[in-house]
Amino acid sequence: MEKVIQPAIQSKPRTESSGRLRRFWNNKTLLLMCLPAIAFFIVFAYLPMPGVYLAFIQYNYADGIFKSPFVAFDNFRFLVMNGDLWRLTFNTVAYNLVFIVLGNVLQIFVAILLNELRRKWFKKVAQTLMFLPHFISAVLIGLIAYNILSYDYGLLNHVLASFGMDPVKTYSNAAIWPFIIVFTFLWQSTGYGSIVYFAAIMGLDNEIIEASEIDGANAFQRIIYIIIPWLKPTFIILLLFSLGGILKGNFGLFYNLVGANNTQLYATTDIIETYVFRSLMTNFNFSIGSAVSLYQSVFGFVIVITANWLVKKASPENSLF
Amino acid sequence: MEENIVESRSIRTDASEVIVRWFGYIVISIFALSCLLPFLLILGTSFTTESAIKKFGFNFWPKEFSTFAYKIVFENPDIIVGSYIVTIAITVVGTAVGLFLVAMTGYALQRPDFGYRNGISFFIYFTTLFSGGLVPFYLLVTQYLSLKDNYMAVLLPGLLSPFLIIMMKSFVRSIPHAITESAKIDGAGDFTIFIRLILPMTTPALATIGLFIALGYWNEWYNSMLFLSPNMEYRPLQLFLYNVVTSADFVRNSAAASNVSLRDVPLESMKMATAVVATGPVIMFYPFVQRYFIKGITVGAVKG
Repeated sequence: MEKVIQPAIQSKPRTESSGRLRRFWNNKTLLLMCLPAIAFFIVFAYLPMPGVYLAFIQYNYADGIFKSPFVAFDNFRFLVMNGDLWRLTFNTVAYNLVFIVLGNVLQIFVAILLNELRRKWFKKVAQTLMFLPHFISAVLIGLIAYNILSYDYGLLNHVLASFGMDPVKTYSNAAIWPFIIVFTFLWQSTGYGSIVYFAAIMGLDNEIIEASEIDGANAFQRIIYIIIPWLKPTFIILLLFSLGGILKGNFGLFYNLVGANNTQLYATTDIIETYVFRSLMTNFNFSIGSAVSLYQSVFGFVIVITANWLVKKASPENSLF
Repeated sequence: MEENIVESRSIRTDASEVIVRWFGYIVISIFALSCLLPFLLILGTSFTTESAIKKFGFNFWPKEFSTFAYKIVFENPDIIVGSYIVTIAITVVGTAVGLFLVAMTGYALQRPDFGYRNGISFFIYFTTLFSGGLVPFYLLVTQYLSLKDNYMAVLLPGLLSPFLIIMMKSFVRSIPHAITESAKIDGAGDFTIFIRLILPMTTPALATIGLFIALGYWNEWYNSMLFLSPNMEYRPLQLFLYNVVTSADFVRNSAAASNVSLRDVPLESMKMATAVVATGPVIMFYPFVQRYFIKGITVGAVKG
């Protein structure tokens, strides 16, 4: 039997195309299982991509995409000349930098403190409460801010009044909004973000801690010389990953905190996402909106590649590709 | 956090331990309370008369107790119940379909013997690196898919995300490939293996991913705002809440059906009451499921 079969297999001509076909046939079920996802991403992610063409035309509704005049880089030139692009980039990047740095520092701080606590029930209750803000919708975040900041009824002015101080007009004072937005962001994300660091501390070998105690290390020394260095790799990785998204803004947070049409606050609160949204829904300037999006996508792409390259250098097993 | 609490170590209690621990209790208490108080502020205000709000502002404890705002919200239960039904329907269908697709894709892409896994993985991952932007997406959904004012415009885009597929892949990675292989030798097809073997073995992962999807749908307001126009009768809860919060006219209109003169509509307390009705049930539910979210972020955070 063997003698018969063996040559039969070997003599079969293995051309490139038959190998490819066999590979396809062997994988057909798995391929079919991926098909819905492939279709999904084609429709919702790849089909809109040629739409970046909108950035190079002067889109008007009557002519549609194909007949609107082609203007090459005029939309970008316009955005650079009137300063919008610079302002948006600055706001988006500056907010993200502050979010990333303060966010991670606070998350580490909370994780370390949580780890020092001994009462189990207290930890559980505290964590449940600290995660709560992460699970509510952006709309509710906006309402909470309104509860505190509203000029007429807000808690803040209520408290100020009880100390005999003048009420503040928060919603027309652009200068204080960076603080409000950063504060709200930290309030919402610190508890949830601390989980990663908390889990990392849990991964620390207990024997190391015990050895340090035998050597006479106190609580401060334990935190400074053991726990913080232990968290450093996690911190660096998370930092680099978030740097990859530094041009992407948190639309829900900004939009619901600031309000849809509060022009007085744009100088300090307008980010790429809110600007694009407005060009689409309020100003109907599709081309300008697309130009800003394309700028964001291209530079975001470059930044992610760079960040990933850095991750690869810092710890190859964590790199994305 | 079941898995994570290290039982009391044998620690000598010197001064530094006591200081750190007390500092920890105080700081964590303050932070935890600050996370709770805003919700109590909304709850308290929702039970306050409008005149007391105008006099004393928003407050944790109602100065003058009233359930008037709730009465108006429920006077015309049609709208809020309709919103609930829409949101529940979108959440249930979206989570069921989305979870199935995420699991199926994640499993296939994690199979070492799948010849196209790298290609397809990159095809999916690439969508996080580059996107056409909001305007083309909007034109696609409204003009080419014609989904304006269609709940599908909210349901479909939320079904899948690269992040969740990657999360599923890392969950599946912990299942030895030998299980799949031995089932194949026994003659089982790939899809059968997925349904009969892999799905039952990954239930904790499915719970985590399912909850992420469900939370996304429940809190969804962005696509709703983009694609559902305000004159739709029943809108998803968060969009409904958004309209109530941002538009006094909207509140007056929805209160018009009840026998309250427009002047007497308790604008402020109605915002809060609507928020309580729209969010309350989920917050009650959340402490029971939070451990699944914790599992998700610890698996998904560093890798991907």
